[in-house]
Amino acid sequence: MAVKTVPREEKRPRSFYLLATFFALFAVFLYGPMITILTLSFQGPSGGLTFPMNGFSFYWFERLWGGGGVVDIGTAFRRSLALGATVMVLTVVISVLAGLAFRKKFKGSTALFYVAIASLIVPSIVVSLGIALEFRIIDEIVRPPLAAIGLMAPRGNSLGLFTSGLGAHLSWTLPFGLLIMFAVFNRLDKSYEEAARDLGASNWQSFRYVVLPMIAPFLIGISLFGFTLSWDEIARSSQTMGSTNTLPLELAALTTTVTTPEIYALGTSVTAVSFTVIFGTLGAFFYLQRRRERLAKRGG
Amino acid sequence: MTKTLEAPADAGAAPQDKRRDAAAGRVRRTSWTPRWVAYAQAAPMALVFLLFFVLPLVATFIVSFWNYTEYSIEPAFVTTNYTDVFYGCFSGGSALCTTFATYLSTLKFVAIVWAATLGIGFTVAYFLAFHVRTLPMQITLFMICTIPFWTSNVIRMISWIPLLGRNGLVNETLVSAGLIDTPIEWLLYSDFAVALALIHLYTLFMVVPIFNSMMRIDRSLIEAAYDGGASGFQTLTNVIIPLVKPGILIGSIFVVTIVTGDYLTIGIMGGQQIASVGKVIQTQINFLQFPIAAANAIVLLAVVLLTIWGMLRLVDIRKEL
Repeated sequence: MAVKTVPREEKRPRSFYLLATFFALFAVFLYGPMITILTLSFQGPSGGLTFPMNGFSFYWFERLWGGGGVVDIGTAFRRSLALGATVMVLTVVISVLAGLAFRKKFKGSTALFYVAIASLIVPSIVVSLGIALEFRIIDEIVRPPLAAIGLMAPRGNSLGLFTSGLGAHLSWTLPFGLLIMFAVFNRLDKSYEEAARDLGASNWQSFRYVVLPMIAPFLIGISLFGFTLSWDEIARSSQTMGSTNTLPLELAALTTTVTTPEIYALGTSVTAVSFTVIFGTLGAFFYLQRRRERLAKRGG
Repeated sequence: MTKTLEAPADAGAAPQDKRRDAAAGRVRRTSWTPRWVAYAQAAPMALVFLLFFVLPLVATFIVSFWNYTEYSIEPAFVTTNYTDVFYGCFSGGSALCTTFATYLSTLKFVAIVWAATLGIGFTVAYFLAFHVRTLPMQITLFMICTIPFWTSNVIRMISWIPLLGRNGLVNETLVSAGLIDTPIEWLLYSDFAVALALIHLYTLFMVVPIFNSMMRIDRSLIEAAYDGGASGFQTLTNVIIPLVKPGILIGSIFVVTIVTGDYLTIGIMGGQQIASVGKVIQTQINFLQFPIAAANAIVLLAVVLLTIWGMLRLVDIRKEL
């Protein structure tokens, strides 16, 4: 990197090792606690919430997944997985479309941008309460006329996983998606599309065969954000899921009631999904990047 | 990675590019696509934000003027919810009212967490940006900082329990080392635990924007400072810190707003014993007292927006970009 031009003898010796040590301590601070609960989730049957380990076993995992434990974790798990996958796909599609829109001029673009940023900054409990209130008002005001013409059940609750819950999650993931699209499109050379144009490509063709392959690795990045943010989301979910519970909500409820390593086993299971997704998508990202560079070199 | 992170620099320079494009007659090229296309493309996102962000805030504002009984909420226009929120705040008594006391407690966490995340975040970003020399290494170390962000906050919180608990690793170690006789009680479910967990969760929000600002600093400026005889410390205070101000500001906005609205970390790490505005709102929701919860939410929103406005006044971000 450009740092090379700075005189070396001033840089490397003391401050470098000092800062490197600081960084190492920071990494321990970040990962240390997580490693302890990953370890403790393999406690023996007689083990408790803290060290020492009383043997090594899968006892708590079996209890958790066997259904003999505290909650029906399997249902919440599948529910969160389904919601996360939906949020992921919608986040990618909606962000790409909006990213394309922002490359052109349209009225209200500034307002839309500020709303997206605001959605990131406004406390989640406020958004969550707002969505819950909005749906309650809908149930009170919109439902009766629709029920009168037979379109809706006269009594019921519109709050739910794939109505208010999905919307709450999108209000959280879309700002990230949009910001990533900005970063991507800002560095995308427009002359490729112009070349495609000059060669007679239609709008769709220039997107499909020119733009999409170039932005593909970053779309994987957006899906990573979309899924993991939804998978772990809790503050915005708290009032918007209706009668259903997502996995993080179950987990948060368990923190006050469960006093066995079962909760660590659940933590490990949730983290395992996160890590699979993170490393899977990062792997795909670097694979696509490399392939693109290789193709570029070959002139393909 | 570096290029992605540099992107906002291009965004800042966009107006000039546009002018240049216009001069070159390139603007005409956008007319390839019909005008309605941009609106159609922006519509899904606009719709989501309208339905699940703007209208909910409007609903909250409206409901904050409604009436409620033990069993129901009913449309009305009363200001009692707000007078209830600020009950006893302006009566001139010597004791702080509940709302002010709660905000003061939150402010304490904001101050501690902001200072700590800024210190740690700046140091980590500085190391990554100026001391790590190869790009692959930079990406790897940056990823090490980022990966926890993609895992569950609740799990990252409960992972402190085996360390800080009464029989936790820290207490066991200290006792067996003979440094203390009885376990320290204030490590878990305390102000300390809350602050620690918040720092643990949100330092990344400082690292990323500060690192981004640092990567955009023209290295020749630093070289020039050294050539001009500045020491490492002088370069830091006179060249680097002024140039990374926007990054510090963006990180600060994130940390301050998150901590202000937090209820989960304060709940779990404080053993449900420490007050916060978010927790007050949540409790009122649980008792189905929606109008007063809405009034509290509007006050919280106003506080957050005022804070951001104040911070933006401190540093003009558009000028700095």
